[in-house]
Amino acid sequence: MSTRLSQGGRLIDRASQQNFTFNGKRFKGYAGDTLASALLANDQMLMGRSFKYHRPRGVIASGAEEPNALMNMGAEGKFEPNARATTTPLFDGLEAASQNHFPSLEFDVGALNTHLSRFLPAGFYYKMFIHPRPFWKHIYEPFIRQSAGLGKAPKARDADTYEHFYAFCDVLVIGGGIAGLQAAKVAADAGLEVMLVEQDPHWGGRAPVDGTEVDGKPVQEWIDATVAALAAMPNVTMRARCMGAGVYDHGYVLCYERLTDHAPKAAGPRHRLWRVRAKQVVTATGAIERPLSFAGNDIPGVMLAGAVRDYVVNYGVSIGDRTVVVTNNDDAYRTAIALKESGLEVPAIIDARTGGAGALGDQAKALGIRVETGKAVAKVKGGKRVTGVGICAQAGEGAVLEDIACDCVAMSGGWSPVVHLWSHCGGKLIWDDAQAMFRPDGDRAPTSHDGNPFVITAGAANGALSDVLADANAQAVDVVARCGGTSDAQAPAEASTSENPIEPIWLMPQGAAHKLRSKSWLDFQNDVKVSDVQLAAQEGFESVEHAKRYTTLGMATDQGKTSNINGLAILSKELGVDIPQVGTTTFRPPYTPISMGAIAGEARHEIFQPLRKTPMHDWHNANGAHWEPVGHWRRPYCFLRGDETPEQAVHREVLNTREKLGLLDASTLGKIIVKGPDAGKFLDMMYTNMMSNLKPGRCRYGLMCSENGFLSDDGVVARISEDTWLCHTTSGGADRIHAHMEEWLQTEWWDWQVYTANVTEQYAQVAVVGPNARKVLEKLGGMDVSAEALSFMGWADGTLGGFDVRAYRISFSGELSYEIAVPANQGRAFWDALLEAGEEFGVMPYGTEALHIMRAEKGFIMIGDETDGTVIPQDLNLHWAISKKKTDFLGKRAQMRSHMADPNRWKLVGLETTDGSVLPDGAYAVGVGTNANGQRNMIGRVTSTYHSPTLGKGIAMGLVHHGPDRMGEVLDFPRVDGTVVKAKIVDPVFYDKEGAKQNV
Amino acid sequence: MSERTFDGLARIEQVSGFGMISVRGTLGDAAFQAAVHSSTGASVPERGTVTTVAGRTLAWMSRDEVLVVCPAADTAGLVTALTKGLEGTHHMVTDVSDARAVFRISGPASRDVLGKVCPVDLRPATFQAGQFRRTRMAQVACAFWAEDATTFTMVGFRSVQDYVWDVLTTLANPDAPVGYYAS
Repeated sequence: MSTRLSQGGRLIDRASQQNFTFNGKRFKGYAGDTLASALLANDQMLMGRSFKYHRPRGVIASGAEEPNALMNMGAEGKFEPNARATTTPLFDGLEAASQNHFPSLEFDVGALNTHLSRFLPAGFYYKMFIHPRPFWKHIYEPFIRQSAGLGKAPKARDADTYEHFYAFCDVLVIGGGIAGLQAAKVAADAGLEVMLVEQDPHWGGRAPVDGTEVDGKPVQEWIDATVAALAAMPNVTMRARCMGAGVYDHGYVLCYERLTDHAPKAAGPRHRLWRVRAKQVVTATGAIERPLSFAGNDIPGVMLAGAVRDYVVNYGVSIGDRTVVVTNNDDAYRTAIALKESGLEVPAIIDARTGGAGALGDQAKALGIRVETGKAVAKVKGGKRVTGVGICAQAGEGAVLEDIACDCVAMSGGWSPVVHLWSHCGGKLIWDDAQAMFRPDGDRAPTSHDGNPFVITAGAANGALSDVLADANAQAVDVVARCGGTSDAQAPAEASTSENPIEPIWLMPQGAAHKLRSKSWLDFQNDVKVSDVQLAAQEGFESVEHAKRYTTLGMATDQGKTSNINGLAILSKELGVDIPQVGTTTFRPPYTPISMGAIAGEARHEIFQPLRKTPMHDWHNANGAHWEPVGHWRRPYCFLRGDETPEQAVHREVLNTREKLGLLDASTLGKIIVKGPDAGKFLDMMYTNMMSNLKPGRCRYGLMCSENGFLSDDGVVARISEDTWLCHTTSGGADRIHAHMEEWLQTEWWDWQVYTANVTEQYAQVAVVGPNARKVLEKLGGMDVSAEALSFMGWADGTLGGFDVRAYRISFSGELSYEIAVPANQGRAFWDALLEAGEEFGVMPYGTEALHIMRAEKGFIMIGDETDGTVIPQDLNLHWAISKKKTDFLGKRAQMRSHMADPNRWKLVGLETTDGSVLPDGAYAVGVGTNANGQRNMIGRVTSTYHSPTLGKGIAMGLVHHGPDRMGEVLDFPRVDGTVVKAKIVDPVFYDKEGAKQNV
Repeated sequence: MSERTFDGLARIEQVSGFGMISVRGTLGDAAFQAAVHSSTGASVPERGTVTTVAGRTLAWMSRDEVLVVCPAADTAGLVTALTKGLEGTHHMVTDVSDARAVFRISGPASRDVLGKVCPVDLRPATFQAGQFRRTRMAQVACAFWAEDATTFTMVGFRSVQDYVWDVLTTLANPDAPVGYYAS
């Protein structure tokens, strides 16, 4: 059984007991524990089930690479899935639950899959579930979704807060082990601004566990002194619990700081995402130990040798009384020695190398540990726990020579540098044959905007498994030079041991039969075995990227940190090529998963998105506004009174405006000033019609098209003076059209003398609409708004009721109408004044829906309803607004293309149902026969449809094939329920065709 | 325009009483520089900076735009003076006072608060008093300059003033110190 030893554990505080639960069971641990070490201390070896076969899984690692021990953490608003127990700090009150089991962790029905595993090889899902086709949707997928999946998705709203921070520095050092500390020190001593981040809560990395000595003293003393020195330097920022997550172009790095995961009751944000710009990045990210591939290597109790050592030294936790160490390198001997020194038994070290180890081998033997060289594990015995190993000759096929009883197997297949961050932005790797590892190729580093390298790796991450400080020092001196400084820093003296070289052992024993290979796990999380990768190779998946996706090797939350190198080594052998020819899969950020909350930062609740408000917003809010989003604006759809439904309110607003007086907050309308000697020429290019010949004081409705001829925006243009125009755009289009204008001015017509300004927010604008519109303005008084002084499509500056205004005599409703602009700060007061003055004239504000209905009654088009990016002005019978005199305008040439000029394009008409009902929005008119796909032929579609309160019936506009030539014809519009609505093609102007109402 | 104050990691204030004029022209032209100087009393600023004289701040917006920030009462007079001064050159003078909202972020941790929302190098040696930046804060456009080592004036758009206020006060939560610029 695994247990807490009576002594030891350099990271735990035995005086501070922490209570927690796992699957509802109560346990005790200590401050400083990880969830994994605390569970092990309570003999909770079983921590989860594997993805495919639901095999029992224990923890195999002690850090970020852990594939197995994934937990659902917390509850309700604090719930989070897929937390690695090895990197989850223990705290009092922690609640964890294992994942991927049904009905319980101890007894899982899905584990039947393991007995079916010979029928569930690589690619099984692809092969099996493809036929019959309909089965996928209705049978296979629901079943697979039920049984697959790791963590649960949270259901409650996240109770925590998150934020971002933008930081800038000369040198960002990622990794606070001894390599990172030395690199940071060298850079800081050279006067550079340094940021140092470490994913764990403590500094120094693995060195203290490995028992290194620096300057003749235990490495911890050097770590403490260096951390203290760095902390005292004003040019150094240090962040523990902060992981380098991703390296991007031009020295941009994301770091993920976990502020309160270890103390969830603390106030403040839970995570902070650092968005760092660094001149140089040092990745001192260490190395990850590889498992060995032997039968039964996934049984709980088989762990990485370094992790077994970590649990003993860091947490005072033993995995079992008897540990068999199996290795192909010297480092695992350190585990045997550490265990022995802690009073635990090591029945044997199984070393696959015939030569065995160097000095560490002698030390082990001196401690009385039996060392078997040239041997291998044939198979591990046990089900939910290791009970022993059968050993065999590494050179053979797996005939068991001897059984050794044990509770733990500590395996080491060598160490792989953590090259992820180096690789994210294009750093290349080389295969180091002597050390059996991919390590960064310093000559092919990620390059920045200037073509110079901006990432360097230091220490074990650079392949320097020994003489770490010397390597880190040398790299840091280079970094200082890259930043334009100089450094003659020297590395402190690090003790070194003479080690025998690693032997690459990718399969144990080397001639293992299929039966053993099909129990030799490569990827513990996704249940990929040696036999699966071999099968993929046999089936032709030669590319490592294809083999990954076919077998699922290296997918999901751990992204193959422990499995990738072993898997591609098996693949290369099967393909008969060298490992470097197979290469690695792509390393993509983040290094380990980061929270969704950290990505979102502060953007949630009220500040999820900016919400734009007009100067009259608060009045609307207090007076029954039923809101509608328009771009980022909120506009009143209608104003509810009493128990009205929105439909009733809209009805009332339309009738009141047609009969008396309506007010519309039109402040959101885009307003762009265009000024300069070439402004007229410029606007003639932007609009389809002529704007240069507009007279000052007058307005003209204009259309804007894209280069491709499609209608993009519309609005009224007013000429303000000889060289100044003001262009109104749609509410949603102001920023887009301003950018469109600037793009043409800056990239194509940069020599034209034109300035533009988006003054949308400078003005509040109110549409004063209805038969009483002039009366209310005359009552306010100050300027002449008579038909003679301010005729239709004219504008004038003046005052009304003491407000400085610009009055435009324009109408989007067909009524007598003025749009009055006032400086935004006076908008609310002007609105109030209009309401007060309008009282006697029956004033009522109206919303966007009444606006839409009134424009539809008049047959006016709406951008976004009648247009959808594929509609040209000619489709909408707007030929009158397309200049034939101008030699050019944006869209002209495109509109001359054969397809654009095709008389078969659908054209705008009015539609009137024969029964007075409202046509469904977007409904299609069907014609005779079917198309090549066997679908009914379509001959038109509805673009706008409303109940007209004015006319008391349904009205609509639509695009219909040869529409204008088919007046009076009745079309069939099928509804979703199968019934059909009949509608007659009519003139799109339903109301006051002569314009008598607006011309008064 | 509202006035409000929040005290957290930094003091956040929304302030009013400003006029703002956008002046377009070629900043490098001597005629432009002379007209702007004679109208406002301040010189055309260098790239990335403001010049402030007697309560009037001129900010470098681009190679062809200067933003004049002045007491509200001066606005109309300055618009007239600038328009007159630039007559005969290709220019545009636009009163944008009502389109804007102004915020002040002050206190020892002001840079830490700004650093949460603005992708700007705020290291004190890099971003000193008188320096100006057009950038974004969270999801909206803004511009700000340093009045002194710990006080910043930020200009944003009127329609999103509540968003700017809510974001700044959320991130100035006293329980969320960063300790990057402030110790």
